[in-house]
Amino acid sequence: MTPIPPDHALYVAAALFALGLTGVLARRNLLFVLMSLEVMLNAAGLAFVAGGARWGQADGQIMFLLVLTLAAAEVAIGLALLLAVHLRVGSLDGDLLSRLRG
Amino acid sequence: MTALGTFFDGIGLGGEVLGLLWLVPALPLAAFLVLVLGGKWLPRRAIASLGAGSVGLAAVLAVVVAAVFLTDYPADGTFSQTLWTWLSSGGLQPTMTFHLDRLSLVMMLVCTGVGFLILVYAAGYMAEDPGYRRFFVYMDLFLFFMLVLVLADDLLLLFLGWEGVGLCSYLLIGFWYRDPANGLAARKAFIVTRVGDAAFIAGLLVLFTELGATGIGELMDAAAEHWPVGSVPAVAAAMLLLGGAVGKSAQLPLQVWLPDAMAGPTPVSALIHAATMVTAGVYLIARLLPLYELAPAVLTLIGAIGALTLVLAAFAAIGSHDIKRILAYSTISQVGYMIMALGVGAVSAAMFHLVSHAFFKALLFLCAGAVIQSLGGEHDVRRMGGLWRRRPLTFIGFLAGAASLAAVPLVTAGYYSKELILSEALASGGSAGRLLWLAGTVGALLTGMYAFRSVFMVFLGRPKTGITDRPGLSMRLPILVLAVLALMGGLIDMPTLLGGLDHVRNPEQSTQWLTEAISVAAGLLGILAAYVAFATGPGSLLPRWLEDFAGAGLGFDWVYDRLFVQPSLALVRVIRNDPVDQSLEGLGRAVGRAHRWLSATQTGRLRWYASATAMGGVLVVGAMMLLSVQS
Repeated sequence: MTPIPPDHALYVAAALFALGLTGVLARRNLLFVLMSLEVMLNAAGLAFVAGGARWGQADGQIMFLLVLTLAAAEVAIGLALLLAVHLRVGSLDGDLLSRLRG
Repeated sequence: MTALGTFFDGIGLGGEVLGLLWLVPALPLAAFLVLVLGGKWLPRRAIASLGAGSVGLAAVLAVVVAAVFLTDYPADGTFSQTLWTWLSSGGLQPTMTFHLDRLSLVMMLVCTGVGFLILVYAAGYMAEDPGYRRFFVYMDLFLFFMLVLVLADDLLLLFLGWEGVGLCSYLLIGFWYRDPANGLAARKAFIVTRVGDAAFIAGLLVLFTELGATGIGELMDAAAEHWPVGSVPAVAAAMLLLGGAVGKSAQLPLQVWLPDAMAGPTPVSALIHAATMVTAGVYLIARLLPLYELAPAVLTLIGAIGALTLVLAAFAAIGSHDIKRILAYSTISQVGYMIMALGVGAVSAAMFHLVSHAFFKALLFLCAGAVIQSLGGEHDVRRMGGLWRRRPLTFIGFLAGAASLAAVPLVTAGYYSKELILSEALASGGSAGRLLWLAGTVGALLTGMYAFRSVFMVFLGRPKTGITDRPGLSMRLPILVLAVLALMGGLIDMPTLLGGLDHVRNPEQSTQWLTEAISVAAGLLGILAAYVAFATGPGSLLPRWLEDFAGAGLGFDWVYDRLFVQPSLALVRVIRNDPVDQSLEGLGRAVGRAHRWLSATQTGRLRWYASATAMGGVLVVGAMMLLSVQS
């Protein structure tokens, strides 16, 4: 079994990141935006892991654990905010929340 | 006189009377304060008696002081009274000291005496004016400052009075402030004299920094001790102080303010702009003559300025039609005589002429005021006529004043003082002396012309306008007294009184009668010319174009307008919007505009922010990659 070249892993990570970013920018539903953010976080995590494998270091995996924790915290806060938004606005459309317009 | 002295000594007042000197300026000041603070509740009669009475009291006191001073003559010829030290700052320690010598004695008597007569006149003249109290407030304040100027022993104290009279002159020229033209005239007077006053301050600073004192006596002693004749600081100080005198006394080239100053009430013109304030420049130079002796070149310049001014101003008077402007130009011209006398060091002649001028010019102004009031505010001599029958006293007064002004021989005061000036000028020797004498004689010719031109046009001929109420007693009495003084004032033996002050060189008595006859003839010729012009035509002595030119002040106003006023106004137009401030305003506007642009980017849309963040990230990462590739 030949190891996956680190380049490929990075390509996948970049593709995931781009997909996530597209989701963040294109979706209006805040729930989907949150999910797309998760995808982007995972893309970053994948890049860390690939880097760690490339240099045979544990740092990449440690960073991934950090990213996971971060993602969990983010989801917890994000979902709470989502609920609050839904209670207040009655919708999850991010474009409706524009009261801070300059 | 001696009897009076023994009388005062007898009642034990000889020394004490001189100690009352401070009361002379204090009395008008007290009246000023009372009128300012409590005048609102006083009836008009009380205002007048307080305003004029205080000055009258000061005049009486001045006469008593003078009598004691002249009989009980102090050993060094002066009397000083130090009230307190004005301020004490390092080497600068000017004191509130009043100084009495024969020079300031004469000025004090003139200021209080003529001032009192004019205030009595004003009590009647201003009777209908709503600003009655304000008038007396300003006049009393003026007399206080004038007396401070006259009596000051310290140059800085003199300057206080100098500026004070300037302020009162400004206030009184603009007395009828509702007419913008009067306010303009007041500002013009203030600004033009300010030019001279700036020079005065500079001269004072030169004296103080070089000699370390401000007392006039100390300064003169120190100057004579430290500075050789013609040395630079002496010439500089003399020149700068001359600038102050020229501004205040309306001499070339700063004479332009005086004709416009006639916008004020006529008693003001009589007191401030004829008898007292405008002669302050003459007095200043007379007081500082020891300094000018150290700068002979400046003395020559003073003589030249006086000669030029007296001829040009007399010429301008011939072309004027406003009766008060004629008298204003005449004042400039007569002060020119005094300045010319100072230029040859003849202090006594200058002061003699100052006194007789104070009498006859105040008289002329008071009569002119009576004429103007009788004719319902008419100023133009071309529209006057035939007043002698209906205003005999005014006619006699004006005639006496004009005769004294034109130096009609033997019976007038002006004759004695003017002849003294002319003979002193000639006696100063050389071609310069002869030139000054010639200028004075030409001036005498012109004086006779303009003085009697106005006499003939106002009082002879046929009446042209209706006439209103006749002047009251309070206006007629001062005219009568001044008429007597204008005629008899020549009997005062001024040269003997002031003899010790002269610095005249080498008088040549032998040819005096001839030159005197010539100058007398010049004056009489002027009167004759005025009569011929009046009898044969409309009274003009000059061709039309020349008359317009002369009446417009010989174009000085026009030149100064182009040279100083318009550029200043142009500058004002440039800086009225404050260019420096504009640049800061621009900064503010730029910030405001940037604010509008940047706040437009704050759309409130989450996705917009996210994409901006992503773009920023792409830019930063892209830039880092590019940089790392290059390195």
